[in-house]
Amino acid sequence: MITLYDYELSGNCYKVRLLLNILGLEWKTRRIDFHPGREHKSDWFLRLNPLGQVPVLEDDDLGLRDAQAILTYLAARYDRSGRWYPAGDARTLGEIAMWLAFAEGITATASAARLAENFLYDLDVDAARAGAHRLFRVLDEHLWFAEQEGRDWLCAPGHPTIADVACFPYVVLSEEGGVSRMPYPAIRRWTDRFKRIPGFTLMSGVFPAGAAV
Amino acid sequence: MNQAHAILVDDWHAVAELDFLRSRGAFATALLDVGLEVSCGGPDDFRVLRRDTGAPLATRVEYGHLFTTLGEPARDLVHFPECHEEDRIRVTGGSIGVNVSGLRAVENFLDMGHFPFVHTGYLGIEPHTEVEPYEVAVTEQDEILATACRFFQPVASPSAEGGMMVDYVYKVCRPYTACLYKSNPVEPERWDVIVLFVQPVGEERCIAHSWLAYLPHDLDEEATRWYMQLIFAQDKPILENEFPKRLPLDRRAEVPVRADAASLAYRRWLGAHGVTYGAIPAA
Ligand SMILES: [Fe+2]
Repeated sequence: MITLYDYELSGNCYKVRLLLNILGLEWKTRRIDFHPGREHKSDWFLRLNPLGQVPVLEDDDLGLRDAQAILTYLAARYDRSGRWYPAGDARTLGEIAMWLAFAEGITATASAARLAENFLYDLDVDAARAGAHRLFRVLDEHLWFAEQEGRDWLCAPGHPTIADVACFPYVVLSEEGGVSRMPYPAIRRWTDRFKRIPGFTLMSGVFPAGAAV
Repeated sequence: MNQAHAILVDDWHAVAELDFLRSRGAFATALLDVGLEVSCGGPDDFRVLRRDTGAPLATRVEYGHLFTTLGEPARDLVHFPECHEEDRIRVTGGSIGVNVSGLRAVENFLDMGHFPFVHTGYLGIEPHTEVEPYEVAVTEQDEILATACRFFQPVASPSAEGGMMVDYVYKVCRPYTACLYKSNPVEPERWDVIVLFVQPVGEERCIAHSWLAYLPHDLDEEATRWYMQLIFAQDKPILENEFPKRLPLDRRAEVPVRADAASLAYRRWLGAHGVTYGAIPAA
């Protein structure tokens, strides 16, 4: 049985919940009192993940930290369609790795701004926002050109991959950090398409496709 | 900018959740546009300094939070008897910043009409969208009291299983302090209590602090917090998309419907007390 060490309001945990749902997997949740309990910095949790971060996933005797690593593992092991992480397709795997790294950049910027605004983290929120806008411009342009070539998703195949799952949460939560998506129409179209993926699930702060906010 | 009225200056406001403060050691915040430095010298040694003058401010510790004041408090902290009942799970909900007037946050807290649309599957579900008429009064203690509120809720509490009709009582104690009493599924004669202490950081920015006093059935502190944050994080984007960000007190500004009786009473009460901070006063 898969166990997810989870915090409801974490976009990185949301990535994992999204893919678990999309793949139709069953899992057990161990909720972590992240704010204000800081359970992710407790001794018992640090033994699980010395970096003191959620999510952590356990499956049989395997323990994994890092949302992107967990997405890679889940897709490679459980996705029978072979689409979410197409092993053997070197070109697509390269693109996926590139966008997984990009997702880390979104976490370091858009998510950091959200931590400051929501959870009162003491950090340079203006720098975080500026960094998010730099990345969003790159993302918007990439998605716009993809659309021109008839592609709806981040990587070459005509279907979403774990790269889309990794980038979606902190993009869609960006307004909470004061990062508006108004200037990025291709991003807004992409998040709307993402919400229509079968198995898509919500978290607090994310609204269904077509909703007013 | 509106000047903060004496009713706000001469009162206590929550400025830090104690666990959060203990883990940070010190941090900067603001109250009514006055910058503050909040610090913790030991497990029970808390200080608040004004950043402009360096002056230390009076503090009080209660309900899992540190309270302070910019003036001479004319009255004590609001007293919630349920918060001293030993058999309850009493825990802070986790402070969350919201970029909107704190008065909007209180008003949203009083509103049942949004449950099926914003808290879909938890505090409401379509087609159960009707808010039945309820009673609103101002008490002898000058608090707004809304009683006989009832709503159908699919997951009414962190331990609820299956939908149920829930009874609510709302109370607004101070301009930025409100609480709600919610019938407990296991012990219907007692209430679960949620207190909202809103810290007005500026006129269009607040920090929502909360204190929960739940009956313990099948619950622990983590589950209680989890549920509070799940619900509040659904409200946050709605609040931040309010326009204007300050609360209009002019009754014609936003057309009232019957279900908005508590909101209407709140706006009228704020107007009567001359609260303009975080508000757009009636012309
Ligand atoms: Fe709400």
